[in-house]
Amino acid sequence: MSATAAPYRSSLADGPGGFTPVLRAEWTKFRTVRGWVITALASALLIVGFAYLGTFAHHDGGICVGPNPSTGTCRSFSHPTPPLGPGGVAVTDTYYFVHRTLTGDGSITVRVASLSGRIQGGNGNSASVADMAGAPGPAQPWAKAGLILTAGTKPGSPYAAVMLTGAHGVRMQSDYFDDVAGPAASPSSPRWLRLTRSGTTVTASESADGRTWTAVGSAQAAGWPRTVQGGMFVTSPLTAPTEQALLPGANGVATGASATFGAPNLQGGWSPGAWTSQDVGDNRSIPTLSTVGSERSGSGFTIAGSGDIGPSVAAGDTDRNALTGVFVGLIVLIVLGAMFMTAEYRRRLIHTTLTASPQRGQVLIAKALVIGAVAFVAGAVAAAVSIPLGNHILRVNGNFVYPVSAPTDVRVILGTGALVALAAVLALALGAILRRGAGAVTAVIALIVVPYVLAFASALPAGASQWLMRVTPAAAFAVEQTLPQYHQVSYLYTPSEGFYPLAPGVGLAVLAAYALVALVVANRVLRTRDA
Amino acid sequence: MSATLRAEWTKLRTTAATGWLLLGSVALTVALSGVVALAVTYASVGAGQDITRLSLTGVYLGQAVVAILAVATIAGEYSTGMILVTLTAMPRRVSVLAAKAAVVSALVVAAGTVAVLGSILAGRLILVGNGFTTAHGYALLSLSHGPTLRAAFGTVVYLALIGLLSLGIATAVREPAVATGLVLGLLYLFPILAALAPDPHLRRHLEQIGPMTAGLAIQATTNLRGLPIGPWAGLGVLAVWAAAALLAGGLTLARRDA
Repeated sequence: MSATAAPYRSSLADGPGGFTPVLRAEWTKFRTVRGWVITALASALLIVGFAYLGTFAHHDGGICVGPNPSTGTCRSFSHPTPPLGPGGVAVTDTYYFVHRTLTGDGSITVRVASLSGRIQGGNGNSASVADMAGAPGPAQPWAKAGLILTAGTKPGSPYAAVMLTGAHGVRMQSDYFDDVAGPAASPSSPRWLRLTRSGTTVTASESADGRTWTAVGSAQAAGWPRTVQGGMFVTSPLTAPTEQALLPGANGVATGASATFGAPNLQGGWSPGAWTSQDVGDNRSIPTLSTVGSERSGSGFTIAGSGDIGPSVAAGDTDRNALTGVFVGLIVLIVLGAMFMTAEYRRRLIHTTLTASPQRGQVLIAKALVIGAVAFVAGAVAAAVSIPLGNHILRVNGNFVYPVSAPTDVRVILGTGALVALAAVLALALGAILRRGAGAVTAVIALIVVPYVLAFASALPAGASQWLMRVTPAAAFAVEQTLPQYHQVSYLYTPSEGFYPLAPGVGLAVLAAYALVALVVANRVLRTRDA
Repeated sequence: MSATLRAEWTKLRTTAATGWLLLGSVALTVALSGVVALAVTYASVGAGQDITRLSLTGVYLGQAVVAILAVATIAGEYSTGMILVTLTAMPRRVSVLAAKAAVVSALVVAAGTVAVLGSILAGRLILVGNGFTTAHGYALLSLSHGPTLRAAFGTVVYLALIGLLSLGIATAVREPAVATGLVLGLLYLFPILAALAPDPHLRRHLEQIGPMTAGLAIQATTNLRGLPIGPWAGLGVLAVWAAAALLAGGLTLARRDA
């Protein structure tokens, strides 16, 4: 009987166990394939390169300043810069104002007898001058008639106002962004309104009969000069464009409103003398009706105005113009993500991989981390370069670009990185499930890009587009939205105008959920199926 | 040539994926068309809509499956190594590509016809119920209407040209994932770039040269003068893309080692 020989043992020491070597192996695989590294770099360069296409030679129609009466078309356009309100935020500040000077404390009370509206005959850019008068009818829902105290008549000045609106009852609004709802009120029945300045506070109250008064709200007037302007104002914003009338450059139809006021009752430090009538604001920064003005009616006034006092939403460009190239980079990174998995099968490397690291789930997670990190860096760096570059090109060409706060900029940059990273991980997971590069790439593009194309370039109505941007991974493009929606501004808040139905984080979470489900399924398939 | 054709037909016919992909392209096209028809009501969009085009929206998704099929026809051979057998048996490489093009076109035309007829039928049945009636100025969708027939026929040709474009690109790049990315990028990026392009002239040019934006002009039946490119001219632009891709594919196939 001979002794059994000891089995062979490699003289090399055992390598470290656990997840780290798996992760390092996957990173080495990515790093050492020259084509993949070049592709990742190319995706970032494409994003930056296409920022140029999205912003160069810019001519977005703008606002018609030279309507041609004979043909009904527009001869010239302007690209106005909207006025900047308190805090440097873009605002609209255009209204008809009948005012006096108030020094120190005081109050003004008036009865708004009625409010009616006019709508421009054609659309915002191509209507003829003859259409401008329009026909009388109900007021635009956000048409405003009431009292205002303002630090000055220069557009963008701080103010506080109480008003009767076309369909939103009595409101107190101040400094363009603050909006407080008062009682519901019909524009056809009379309403009494009062504004009181006392120290650094302006309070608003209203009454249905002129005897019983209800407080609507108050606004801070700290920092106002001692002498301010106060009086009656009327304004009426654009209608939101209907889908049928949606033409390039047409942001809506101008409307006007006219209101009948009773005799104003003044208390406190008002200047004596006559009322001053003034068309406040730059009527080129928002399409308006040309029939504005005021006339005495008995002891009161009839005032016709057109425009708006509030946040500006449609006068300029946003970060998404500079981020046009994200779609190009996204498709490149989707291909890269799918191939990072399917190439293993195609080259039979999967046998070596799974022999070296038999924990199949760990391999999948390591791959997802590597491709996710690569895509995140490519997307975030490219966005960080594209946004200032694209906005610079827009500004050099004379366009207004909405200023964006630093935290929002950081959110858009990191969000773009996360968007492309999650899409690449989704492609990786589908690559593991399908084992076919073509199928995985098509599936991810069909999930993320096609809904966007359908929302933009097909005949889908806005409701269906909104729905697509909620339930498909394309919801993640909400990270590119930088302007908030304002309930007090009529506008077509649709994806094609850059407004998404979900908040940025929620939109990204929708894509993350798809990626997570795909990873779970991929993990299951990888463990239960022979390689 | 007929032997080459028969060989390619046998290969494609006996691959299990072919049937599923053709079925998938028909199902996705009809399903998306039907869902869009269900989602659009006269109350929400009003008069002047192109309901023929609306009923054919499913092509946006169906074409992606056609692209997979065409890419797999050639790039799949490189993945499996089958290409070595193919080129050994049929050394005239351009004939091989021509045979593949003929077989893919025939299959796509067959599936495309079913998909388009299904979409039109779905539109015809659903849209009337959503208020697109003669009382509102909408005729019942029918192939006896000249422009609708042109749109339906043209959409089938469109799908076949997408198949040829994909085949040409896949022959040139060989890697299935890269080929699919390139084809779908070419198709879907033009409408997005055009929609985001701030300059109206640039936008129009992008829509005129994009294979999908130009090619789908064939579906338009109303407001033809407002289109960036005419229906047949648009289909011609796609044909030029497909011809260029096949030329590039043919040249690389003939000149390069398999």
